[in-house]
Amino acid sequence: MKPLNEDYKNIPGWGMDADPENEPTYPMKNYTGDDHSRINYEQSEQQAQEVEILMSNERPAITRVFGTTIPPSGLSGMIRRYAFQHSEDRYRHWIPLLLADRVNVVEGLVADIASLHIPNMIKERGLAMEWKYNRAGLLKKAAVAAFTGIALYALLKRKK
Amino acid sequence: MLAMNYRGPYRVRTIDKPMPEILHPEDAIIRVTRSCICGSDLHLYHGMVPDTRVGSTFGHEFTGIVEEIGPLVQKLKVGDQVLVPFNIACGKCNFCKQGLFGNCHESNPMATAVGGIFGYSHTAGGFDGGQAEYVRVPYADVGPTVIPAEMDPDDAVLLTDVVPTGYQAAEMGGIKEGDTVVVFGAGPIGIMAARCAWFFGPSRVIIIDHIDYRLEFAKNYAKCEAYNFKDMEDPVVFLKKTTDWYGADVCIDCVGCEAEGNTLQTFSGRVMLMQAGAATAFQWAVNSVKKGGIVSVVGVYGPPFNLAPIGNIVNKGITLRANQASVKRLLPKLIDHVLSGRLDPKGLITHRVPLAEVADAYRLFSSKLDNCIKTVLIP
Repeated sequence: MKPLNEDYKNIPGWGMDADPENEPTYPMKNYTGDDHSRINYEQSEQQAQEVEILMSNERPAITRVFGTTIPPSGLSGMIRRYAFQHSEDRYRHWIPLLLADRVNVVEGLVADIASLHIPNMIKERGLAMEWKYNRAGLLKKAAVAAFTGIALYALLKRKK
Repeated sequence: MLAMNYRGPYRVRTIDKPMPEILHPEDAIIRVTRSCICGSDLHLYHGMVPDTRVGSTFGHEFTGIVEEIGPLVQKLKVGDQVLVPFNIACGKCNFCKQGLFGNCHESNPMATAVGGIFGYSHTAGGFDGGQAEYVRVPYADVGPTVIPAEMDPDDAVLLTDVVPTGYQAAEMGGIKEGDTVVVFGAGPIGIMAARCAWFFGPSRVIIIDHIDYRLEFAKNYAKCEAYNFKDMEDPVVFLKKTTDWYGADVCIDCVGCEAEGNTLQTFSGRVMLMQAGAATAFQWAVNSVKKGGIVSVVGVYGPPFNLAPIGNIVNKGITLRANQASVKRLLPKLIDHVLSGRLDPKGLITHRVPLAEVADAYRLFSSKLDNCIKTVLIP
């Protein structure tokens, strides 16, 4: 893209205070000037795409390599596909992704049960460690959870 | 093969999973020998990072032995023992060529703001991680580095993330001789940042946290001053006072999105998820640094945004520096620091857990039980 003012180098004082040693991103960046060639750099071979990959709409094409784990599927996949219609700038991208993650947890439980695997919640949550090293804390959390559950139940029952 | 498997917030297990395959001519398959749980893995474990899919395998800090290589891999051979930087980098794009290996443009199609990271959600590329017996490593000629024969394997695994991230946190601080540096967060990264800050010649290094055992560890390991913010009425006022009412020269945020210490930040960021976690440490860093000072951020924040005191950044003329660590760029210098005995990364390791007990390991680290600083999983 051409600069709006093509004569910008003749603007009085242009570039005279530039100090390479004051590069704000130093020492992270070894300045090469290649940024101005944008995405026209040498690229690796393209990885073959054999599963559905959701891609940021801020890119012109898929990256040369990418992860292939867990392609979108089910209801969570539908929500993720919607999210990727919007840029990384938008809440409409990130909030649906968080929602999809929560839906995906339920889908995971359903898949477990459908495959006759009952998840061991105590083991998966590592509660043996809490029991071993923080027994009082664990009992306190359990008591608070039980109290909250009973209180909610009582409240709902009274409303009926 | 055995692999860690995410099932939802605070739930993980191990499963038997198909072996990874070469999917690109520059790929390698690595047999994992050690894999750590990173503090940033806890953000995934707690369900804070968008697009963390059920069934994912986490793990971006690992070492291993090269099991198989793709046809275009030239620098590695089968049998090499390697440490694998957490960032996946092509080595060819403009960002890689400028040393910004954490910002590669050819490793993550799902987001442009971050390059690919092993086992760190689909927001970071959807790659499986190294908390498994085997892992696919793309661009194998770029990231993986052969472990020097004389290096302790425990030191090597911490060179994949903890040491470079801690070092870069200090490096980005632009620390000058005689400076006062304040590090927020006494987790493994914060402790390493405090230790590495000394390489740049400050006269004081102060670390702030709220977990006493970690502060005690940091004081001994990083030879720094350590303070518990729960013992203070206001950590910002404390830091002003201890710097002659001037402010620190450099403040480093090593906490990220799960900070404690500010009710509004905690409620809006961690409970309601109305912002990308609680930016308490960042807020304290901005408000504790001197006018014209530097704030360096390596703490992990999720998208899309946080409540941050931008007005104070402007009014104080603060320089803000932040990035994912560029592991590959820093490795030669850091390997030298380790081999010469100036740095002792393995001193951070407090727990070793078999991969099969990964759920216990996550809980141990997440709940800070048994004085845990750093956990290594052994496949």
